[in-house]
Amino acid sequence: MTSRRSTPAEALPAREGGGYPAADGAGERLAYLLLAQEVHEFLCMEADLLDERRYDEWLDLLTDDVSYWAPMRRNVQFGRWDTENTRQGQDMNWFDEGKSTLRLRIKQITSGVHWVEEPSPRVSRMISNVHAIQATPSLEDPEEVSVRYRILIYRNKLEDSTDIFAGKRDDVLRKADGKWKICKRTMLLDQSVLLSATMPFVL
Amino acid sequence: MGNGRQRNGTWVDLDRGTISREIFVNEDIYRSELERIFARSWLFVGHESQIPDPGDFFLSRMGEESVIVTRDPQHGIHVLLNTCRHRGMKVCRYDQGNTSVFTCPYHGWSYSTDGGLVQTPGDLFGVPQYRAGYREQLDKSEWSLIHVAKMEVYKGTIWAAWDEAAPAFSDYLGGMRLYLDALLDARDGSEGGSEVLGGMVKWRMPCNWKFAAENFAWDTYHSPTTHKSAELAGMGPGGEGQERHGSVHKNQARRFTSGLMAFPALGHATITGPPEVGAEAWFPEFPNDPAVAEYFEQVEAKRRERQKGKVTVTPGNGNVFPNTAFHPWFPRTMVVWHPVGPSRTEAWRWYLVDRDAPWEVKDLLRRYYMRFSGPAGMVESDDMDNWVYATEASRGTIARRYPYHYGMGLGFAEPVENLPDAVTVKASFSEEGARAFYRRWAELMDDEP
Repeated sequence: MTSRRSTPAEALPAREGGGYPAADGAGERLAYLLLAQEVHEFLCMEADLLDERRYDEWLDLLTDDVSYWAPMRRNVQFGRWDTENTRQGQDMNWFDEGKSTLRLRIKQITSGVHWVEEPSPRVSRMISNVHAIQATPSLEDPEEVSVRYRILIYRNKLEDSTDIFAGKRDDVLRKADGKWKICKRTMLLDQSVLLSATMPFVL
Repeated sequence: MGNGRQRNGTWVDLDRGTISREIFVNEDIYRSELERIFARSWLFVGHESQIPDPGDFFLSRMGEESVIVTRDPQHGIHVLLNTCRHRGMKVCRYDQGNTSVFTCPYHGWSYSTDGGLVQTPGDLFGVPQYRAGYREQLDKSEWSLIHVAKMEVYKGTIWAAWDEAAPAFSDYLGGMRLYLDALLDARDGSEGGSEVLGGMVKWRMPCNWKFAAENFAWDTYHSPTTHKSAELAGMGPGGEGQERHGSVHKNQARRFTSGLMAFPALGHATITGPPEVGAEAWFPEFPNDPAVAEYFEQVEAKRRERQKGKVTVTPGNGNVFPNTAFHPWFPRTMVVWHPVGPSRTEAWRWYLVDRDAPWEVKDLLRRYYMRFSGPAGMVESDDMDNWVYATEASRGTIARRYPYHYGMGLGFAEPVENLPDAVTVKASFSEEGARAFYRRWAELMDDEP
């Protein structure tokens, strides 16, 4: 029996640091709010691209070295967080891939004969709880930011096939040519057995 | 040979090659399947490498039942029905772990990893209030967790059956064993030596379990249509642009031997030809991974050397009756289609690699397996809608009147010289495999259990 404080296998470890600056100057708080708004806007815009099936534009939001990971989840005893999630780079996962595979998935989805996506389902991705932003080198002049938030994905296909996927995301965004891009995403889907026959494209 | 005649009329007519939709949607038939098929057949529950140490356990399923697969302190393996003998509560609800006892969360009865009620004297362990409440009037040895009637560990894979009268596992497999060996033996031809990658992929589908099972019993027919988009995308093991099972290496003539094998009395089927001396295997090209390419060239050379002059088989996808299907090569996985209702199936998929393979080989396979299989897999995801909406569109009162067509290649099966329980068809497409599956299904459904 490992201790109750065991680290949850790299997935969403307790965040230390980041978040709304409490005691620092008003300037830093303002910089945080501006950055938080910018990040929130970015995430909502990304959700729009996917919901509107603008997949090529979405792909442009990813850095070439993007890491996109969604572990599978297990039912474990309280405290056994080290075994709760499958491990990136070692185990099977829902997703553990980079840009080239995501590009293949888009090629498949846009073929018109990818039956999972035919007829095209109606999807709404909802972003909330955007918080715990950390920026380097600084809040005022950020080149890389990490952010934690929740996502709720509603998918309806044909008439009555309806699925809801809820989870927690940790993203790292990097600024390239003045624009934010996603360089790392971790998605913790809150299901152990997937309760749907198929996974939505981009969890 | 049973023809599945029941009160609802003829379900399975193998002379005409038709099968009633009732068997895919009818609740009574489904209940009957649990009794006549799943309570009597050998079912795959997991892999030894999931429980290497004493006290290790994981949860699995057999039909609709939850079972715990354990390794006891003496290294023995047990498959136990996951329900307390006192009031039925699941004694284990953790997917995997290591423990010395399973304590029921309801009244506290506790069981060792070998299934026995803990015999420690006193009122606290095993059966709480054993003295004060039961006045010691309970024979603990009679109230163990229910064990499966039969269990077999075959080349690392663990199989179990509820029926004392079930045939020995090797008889149950018959000639199919050779094809299971092609899945379970190391890529260099040596016996066994596989392990499973961490993380079982589990998902639920609103379809009848038989759609999935029969798909691995010879349904090459669906591939060009169902999996067209995966081939258009090109997501094979060697990387972008490759066919889904891998582009065939330049030194090899072909990927599959032409031919299909079925075992009509046993219900198994596999998508490859009869055993032969020097049967071909194949390895895809790995243009971006020279080290992986070199590894597979080496193991293939060893395999040829080791199997020289011996009768072996070319690996092919298959289904071990009733619901254990496998891809034996690229990818290399096993899946069980657990029945959860006439229109609901829970799929559990295990992924195999050679234990002794270098990590870079395992990792390449791991990545390929992820983009191939499961509900997020580029290939397998396209199967799901077909099974789901075939089930849905067969429920209607009118739809049920019209049977499915299973007549492709009817009458072209030939005996196999060195495998008396098998038939083969010298073609790439035929439904003889599905007919073998439903022949056995009908026979079991007709028998009195």
